[in-house]
Order: sequence, then structure tokens, then C-alpha cells
Amino acid sequence: MSASELLSLLSFGEGGWGDELLKGALLTIALAVVTFPFGIGLGLLLALAQRSGGRIARSLSVTFTWVFRGLPELLTLFLVFYGAQIGLRQLFATIAPGVIIEIPAFLAGVVALGVVNASYASEVWLGAFTAIPRGQYAAAAALGLSRSQTLRLVIFPQLLRVALPGIGNLWMVLLKDTSLVSVISLTELMRATQVAAGATKQYFVFYVLAFGVYLAISAISGEAFGHLERRSARGRERGA
Amino acid sequence: MSEIIASVTGQLHAALVALFGFLFIPFGDPELWERYGNRIVSGLGITIQIVIITCTIGTVLGLIASFALASGNRWLRAPFRLFSYSVRGTPLLVQLFLVYYGGLQFRGTLEALGVWWFFREAWYCVLLTYTLNTAAYQAEIFRGAIAAVPQGQWEASRALGIGRWQAVRLVILPQAMVMALRPLGNEVILMIKASALAALVTVLDLMGEARYAYSRTYDFTIYIYAAVLYLILVEITRRIWLVLERRLTRHIPDATASPPPGA
Repeated sequence: MSASELLSLLSFGEGGWGDELLKGALLTIALAVVTFPFGIGLGLLLALAQRSGGRIARSLSVTFTWVFRGLPELLTLFLVFYGAQIGLRQLFATIAPGVIIEIPAFLAGVVALGVVNASYASEVWLGAFTAIPRGQYAAAAALGLSRSQTLRLVIFPQLLRVALPGIGNLWMVLLKDTSLVSVISLTELMRATQVAAGATKQYFVFYVLAFGVYLAISAISGEAFGHLERRSARGRERGA
Repeated sequence: MSEIIASVTGQLHAALVALFGFLFIPFGDPELWERYGNRIVSGLGITIQIVIITCTIGTVLGLIASFALASGNRWLRAPFRLFSYSVRGTPLLVQLFLVYYGGLQFRGTLEALGVWWFFREAWYCVLLTYTLNTAAYQAEIFRGAIAAVPQGQWEASRALGIGRWQAVRLVILPQAMVMALRPLGNEVILMIKASALAALVTVLDLMGEARYAYSRTYDFTIYIYAAVLYLILVEITRRIWLVLERRLTRHIPDATASPPPGA
């Protein structure tokens, strides 16, 4: 294949797949950006439940993380997508028969990837908690801060710094996992690539391209997290 | 010999079908298991095969790559860095499709090279992709573990007049392996989970058989069965690793002792 043929294949507009792939890449990033705070936040709740929740909260949290860290992400996605569909269909069959419910693939993706991300995030948070010296709690208590104030004003800012490398890793894993959502027909980068490759029979070209785009997004994210880590270490002694 | 193996695996297969059939009674209709139990159990076997084959070869390749990654020679290090970085920075699904469908586009060339039989089969493509993928991750694990062995161990070996290769084999690697053990266990579990992607290129592993049964019956319970089996598989692996870890760190006091509650 000549270079000009290759360029027209990747051009924007009629006959080219550039715009479709760009849209796919943007959707991949959107999916990850929407899922990430949900996963990290739920992960923090899970970690808090395991540290200081009651017996029931603790065992619920442990079971939750055990299940979603043990299941293949693909299977979790199917369980959420088909499971929710069937559940809602049964619900609506009794109250409003004839109504057909479709779960948006984007939403199913956010929920499935979110719960998996949260399960791993809870481990990151738990690890970070162990790095906070007990004296911090004692000092906060001596200052008369309430439990929620202690967590919000004293512990959390330090926790974030300790957890940052782990959180960066979680983002990378999430970014790569978004490609799975292609199997429930969300046209993110992977799915857009499959469509383009199938239509043109230029499988190698398009999969190499997708490989490169994912790599570029990973590299940029890696730089961004490296920058954040250095920034959060400002004012701390070297090696502290 | 092969007859004995076939008979043993056959009996094991039947026993597992019966055992899980019993386990799954509370989950749903026994008839579903009667029809698809056989396929699901053989899918489980395929999943285990994928993990064992790729993780074993991946360990060998990863070890070799880890020495290249830690090498002082820039020209030796660079290609391995690039490989490891790009494998770890892209989804396994893209890598798998690149090998399987990308190979399709070069059918003529691959036929001329006499390797088309390999790239034609989804099974071999899965094994190749997964082996390279886990090798990249394991190389990083080994590199980190070898770097974590104190410098004094190298110096002490030199002082004893042990050759470099012997020092690696007798002094450095045994200590590095102990440190690599836990992340290696995590990697095996990640591979069990990642093996499910093989179903997307027509390999009938546990996930593939579950998808097949679902497409025939639209009975959602089949995915629950598969989920339970994956959880059992992961839990067994985790426990085997715990035992292994305890055994291999017997000489280190309190190496695997759990932290005090509330710490």
C-alpha cells in the first residue's frame, strides 16, 4: 500500500476513517474520565468501611472487593449489562408491560469498570492509611477535632499524597480496560478500529494505529501523574 | 502412558461435572447444567491450560528480559524497554486482535514463510500474545526484585571469588525470587482474569463456553455459574500462593505475619 492510499484511509470526512477513530478515542477518554472519580470514591468508601465500619459494613466491603477483584472484567461487564437489562425488563413487565428497556452501553461500562476499579482502589487506600502515623490521629484529637474533621483536614491531604502513585496505576489499568466495552457495542476507540478494519480489510494498519493511540494516551497520562507526584511532594524533604 | 493420562483426565472431568452440578443446584435449573456442564468444565480446563502455558514460558522470557532491562549496555537495553513499555501501555485486547486479525492481512507472506498454520489458529495467537504480554510484566517484576537485592550481596560474591554467572544463580536469584513471589502471584491471578478475552477470538475457554451456552439459551444463570468457577479458581490460586510464600520464607522471621488489626 502506498503512502497516499494510507493517508486517504486515515483522512477525515468521506472515505476516510480519521474522524470515526478520533471520535472513538474521545469516547474512550470520556468513559475513563467519567468512571475514574466514581471508582476512586467508591474505593475510598470501601476502605473506610473496612477500617472503621461495623461488622456488617466490613464484611460487605470485604466480599465486594473479593468478588470484583476475582472476576474477569469481561464477565463483570456481561453480568452488569445483561443482568441489569433482564432485571429491569422483569420489573417493567409487571408495572408497565410492553415497555422495552435498553441499558445504554456507556452506563453499563461506567458501572462495570467502576466497581472493578473501586475494588482495586480500596486496596490502594487501605495501603495508604497504614502509612499515616498514629500520632496524627492523637494530635488531631488533642486539638479537639471531631472524627470527620480529623479525616477531612488532617488525614485525607496526607493520604492523597501517599496514594497518588497507586491512583496513577489505577488510571492506567482503567484506561486499558475501557477497550472491553467495545464488546457491548459502544463505539469507543477499540470498536471504531474494529469497524474500520472490517470495512477496509486493512486489519494490521488499523490495529497498529489503535495500539499507537492507546500508547500515546498512556504516555501522556504517565507524564501527567509524574508531574502531580512531584508537585505533591513539594515542601517535603527529599526521601521523606 | 497417554492412555492413562486420558483416562485420569476423563474421570477428573466427570467428577468435576458432577461436583459442580451439585454445587449449582441452588443457583438454578439442573437441566441447564446437564446440557452445558460438560462444555463448561472443558472450558475451565482450557482456561487453566492458557494460564499455565503462558505464565511458564512468560517466566522464562521475563527473566531473560529482566537481565536485558538491567543491563549496562544501552543498545541491549533499549529494544527491551520499548517492548516492555508498549506492551504495558496498551490493552491486551488490542494486542490480541493485532496478532490474530493483523496476521490475516499478511496471509500470503506468512504462508510463504511457512508459519501460516500458526497464525491461522486463534489458539496459537492467544498463547503467543499472552506469553509476550505476561513476559513484559514479569520482566518488570524480576527487574525490581533483582534491584532490591542489596548491593553488598554482589560485592560479597566477588570477594568470595565466585564468577558473575554463579553469583547470579546461587546468590542473587534465590533472594530475588523470594521478593518477586507476591507480585508474581498477582500476575498469575491477572492472567486468569485476562484469559477470558480469548473467548473474543473464538477460543472456547470457560468464558467462551459460557457465551456459547448463553447464546443458545438466553439463560443468565450460565454467567453466574462461570463467575462462581472463576472465583473458585482465583481463590485456589491465591491459597496455593500463600502456602508457597510461607514455605519459601520460613527462614525469615515474621515475613508473612499479618499486620496487627487496626494498623
